[in-house]
Amino acid sequence: MTSYIVIALFAAGILVGRLFREKEKTRKKVDLAVTWSVYLLLFLLGISVGINDDITQNFSRIGYKAFWLTLGAVGGSILLAKLVYVLFFKNYKDTEAKE
Amino acid sequence: MKGSLIILAFFTVGLVGGIFRIFPNWLLNEDLTMYALFVLMFLVGVSIGSDKGAFYILRKMNLKVLLVPLLVVVGSLAGTAITSLLLNDISVQEAMAVGAGFGYYSLSSIFISEISGQELGVVALLSNIFREIITLLAVPFLVRYFGKLAGIASGGATAMDTTLPIIVKFTGKDYGIIAIFSGIILTILVPILVTVILEFF
Repeated sequence: MTSYIVIALFAAGILVGRLFREKEKTRKKVDLAVTWSVYLLLFLLGISVGINDDITQNFSRIGYKAFWLTLGAVGGSILLAKLVYVLFFKNYKDTEAKE
Repeated sequence: MKGSLIILAFFTVGLVGGIFRIFPNWLLNEDLTMYALFVLMFLVGVSIGSDKGAFYILRKMNLKVLLVPLLVVVGSLAGTAITSLLLNDISVQEAMAVGAGFGYYSLSSIFISEISGQELGVVALLSNIFREIITLLAVPFLVRYFGKLAGIASGGATAMDTTLPIIVKFTGKDYGIIAIFSGIILTILVPILVTVILEFF
């Protein structure tokens, strides 16, 4: 349930954000607020992980899993990237972007 | 890179403080995390929505360029799904949710720990930080052997900001635009795909 509320808020944010397109100062403040909410949330995540003995005692196993999942994600992505590049992008030039 | 170190520092301070039980109980209230997440997601939306450049780039893109974020989605999800079969203590679904972070570690870890618990959240945090670090280190190598889209693909959602400079350096400005485009699409997809993967399967 929480995640649906979050996605709805996210979508609402994008729409509200459209109103601030010309407001450079507001945008800077929003980005600063994003940065600090991320700090706060990661700090809170850190605490709840720290008091969870199941996690702290298995930290190396968790890191091991994370490492192999990263290789899987990056490996899958670059193999498909090679395929798509060879098939569609060999002669790509974004001429418009150079205006 | 500096940004990720600061974030890791906040996480570590919380972690160590948690291990030694030095924080007051009200900080552990789950509602606090939930409301902070609500605020964060709304603000991330505002930040994306108010980005003039982002919408300009989105409008200019053609169908072919849409293949780039698509290949990152398919590649990351398939890659993590296959990897989960080799690790015996993570389900396909959990692994794919971690893969759906696309390098956006702050958001995906918070989001995943909210839905599936802190252990998977920490896996997501570490895995997606690794993704950014691997990209920063390996772009020259990846571009040489896997073509000019490889750096963008490896960077995932980070291709629009933290890994953009190195991608542009090794693939050129034309591909920089694709990198930003792909990064924006993937950033928007992170919360949506994580939810769909963890709640619907």
